[in-house]
Amino acid sequence: MTQVSWPMFLMYCYFTAFVFIAGIYCILATRRLIRIMIGLELLTKGVTLLLIAVGYLMNNTGLTQALVITLIVIEVVVIATMGGIVLSVYRVHNSLESKYLRKLKW
Amino acid sequence: MLNTGLLIILSLAALWTVMTRSLIKSTIGLAFTSIVLTIIMFRLNSPLAAVFELSVCTGLITVIFVSTISLASPLTPKEVELLSAARLKRFWYLPVILVLVGVGLLFVKVPLDFPLPHNPAGHDVRTVLWNERVLDLFGQVIILLAGAFGVAVLFKERKKK
Repeated sequence: MTQVSWPMFLMYCYFTAFVFIAGIYCILATRRLIRIMIGLELLTKGVTLLLIAVGYLMNNTGLTQALVITLIVIEVVVIATMGGIVLSVYRVHNSLESKYLRKLKW
Repeated sequence: MLNTGLLIILSLAALWTVMTRSLIKSTIGLAFTSIVLTIIMFRLNSPLAAVFELSVCTGLITVIFVSTISLASPLTPKEVELLSAARLKRFWYLPVILVLVGVGLLFVKVPLDFPLPHNPAGHDVRTVLWNERVLDLFGQVIILLAGAFGVAVLFKERKKK
């Protein structure tokens, strides 16, 4: 990789920041549990993009691909488990709003 | 140039995913974001991770979202009306924030004169995964088993008394 790649990497960083902000905003601005899952998914998309860009810049895509594969496996397990929890909340409260989770406080 | 276009499409897809009202449309937007990310990963010389992203994130996770949404009953028209009004108030800030962050980032000067580490070998992903990151593989197996157990417990229908 030559020095020319740095501006390109910065561009990837900027767009990663956009996707990350969209994900965080999605989590913060809603009370719907499925939207929170979608926001979390967007956050991991940003992380994936940044990892792949770093691997390309450093000419070490092997390591970053291995990390991304691990990230994807963890992501799918987290989303599947969250889906189950959301359904459990729905069955108990008949709603997908996160405000009912306040009852979990002791 | 093509990469820039793909990144812009990725950001717009992410924005649409967050802003759209329907959960199903939001899920479709998320799948589209994954597809664009897959193309970017292919172009950045990461084909194996791209295949994982395409099959797992675009396929499996979309299926999980759609099944979760379909198992919950839809909202009544009155609830939809109330939520739509509240949503508009909450979410119109996001495009403004993104534009402000974009303008702010244009003025940030990042020093680009430090050298990159020399890495001529460029190990293959299979070599890295099977020889250098074996612990990651064990962790993945454990997490998958834990996830399968969790899904089996959480998605199970309760016995009605």
